Amino acid sequence: MEPLERYRPIVDDFEAFLEACARPLGSAVRINTIKASVDRTLEALDEHGVAYEQAAWNPRVLRLETDSPGSTWTSFHGFTHGQEEVSAVPPVVLDPQPGERVWDCCAAPGGKATQLAARMDDRGTVVANDSNLGRISALRFNAERLGATSLAVTNDDARNYSLERFTFDEFDRTLVDAPCSCEGTIRKNPDALDNWSEGQISSVAGIQKGILRRAIQATREGGTVVYSTCTFAPEENEAVVQHALETESCRVVDFDIGLEYAPGLTEWDDEEYDESLERAARIYPHHNDTGGFFVAKLEVSA
Amino acid sequence: MGEDSSPTETEQNDGQRFDRLPETPDERTVEGRASREEVVEYFDDRFEIPPETFDDYTFWEKGAGKIWIYAGESPSPLEIEAIGMTCLRTRQEHWKPTTDFAQRFGRHASSCVVELEDDRAKRFAAGEDQDLERWDGDWGYLIGAHELAGELEPIGIGLYVHGELRSMVPKGRQREL
Repeated sequence: MEPLERYRPIVDDFEAFLEACARPLGSAVRINTIKASVDRTLEALDEHGVAYEQAAWNPRVLRLETDSPGSTWTSFHGFTHGQEEVSAVPPVVLDPQPGERVWDCCAAPGGKATQLAARMDDRGTVVANDSNLGRISALRFNAERLGATSLAVTNDDARNYSLERFTFDEFDRTLVDAPCSCEGTIRKNPDALDNWSEGQISSVAGIQKGILRRAIQATREGGTVVYSTCTFAPEENEAVVQHALETESCRVVDFDIGLEYAPGLTEWDDEEYDESLERAARIYPHHNDTGGFFVAKLEVSA
Repeated sequence: MGEDSSPTETEQNDGQRFDRLPETPDERTVEGRASREEVVEYFDDRFEIPPETFDDYTFWEKGAGKIWIYAGESPSPLEIEAIGMTCLRTRQEHWKPTTDFAQRFGRHASSCVVELEDDRAKRFAAGEDQDLERWDGDWGYLIGAHELAGELEPIGIGLYVHGELRSMVPKGRQREL
């Protein structure tokens, strides 16, 4: 927990934050509406005696009272998919529509990509890309299990991604769920902070900046880009969006999500960020008893 | 792979890329490739899945006889990792649908669907073979299904032969429920 001390000045009720980070997280699943409606999924869980609690902000997210969420009929049928509650936030903020062209540029293992497809009624095109070939097999497995037929899977570095292979040359929306230092996953993975260093943060921030810039370039004017990470470090969050504001045509826009969160930062250490970064969301573990997440919504401008 | 089978007017399948299936056998340019018409007819003939179920989908081949169903946009040919889901194996004596296809589209089927009671459904999902003497339908590939939340829900593909239902649920998809 030592690395988290640096956030004492920015986190409200820091002791509650530390306590929450030390508590393990239960099983959460997302209902995959490609395979079954919310009502039918709940009925199937009831029928097999699996208890659940529905998230107030999103009826498709459930906290399951079982130690083996993968050994349920709903999981076998792809009605449900194990996905941390906050990890279901970025696709909701991106809000893709049926028929659109959407890019998930860091997609493996596919929880969010399949969530995007489900929100589009599996109509349109979701290009799910990942640079790691090993993780692509998990992405493919999940996509087929969840019955997503609108997904195209590519294996490339998002930073210099080419659309030449497709029949279209820009996306309507793009999700950048960037590789990060994963501080916010400490409740799920107690080893998350083992390799923590400021050097690691600064090197991953460089990659994040490259990916977000390419995402904005590949999205049409008026289109939407959502940038998210599961970490608290401002260098990987506000500073990356700030870099995008300085180098690409885009602006930070508001969004509504029925979860408690803190606004994005406008300063950190000696850095100052654009005021609009207050429109981003910092979701801390003690806010909603979840993992930690950062989400910013951008509109691509001329 | 016989050398004597090389065609004179058609190409060989390139297993590394996605090629959209020709509409009809007459439009075939690749030796041995199934057409969209044949694929849709197969699902209709075998499982009585109405052909219009697939109106918004395209069918593709990547790998020898591996057929994919896709709802998105794409040029043909295309060299990427995956589009949509694998749905059918052709280029063998009996075409074989995938378990993922059965789960996604099997609810439209009204033929060759065998309903399994609870214990049998679990054994099927776990990949076990089981005796099944009451089935008086066709031999060959069937859709195993069970009652779940008020509807019949497809579990996967089984092979029915000699009074035995063999689960074709792939290893990675099998579960002890």
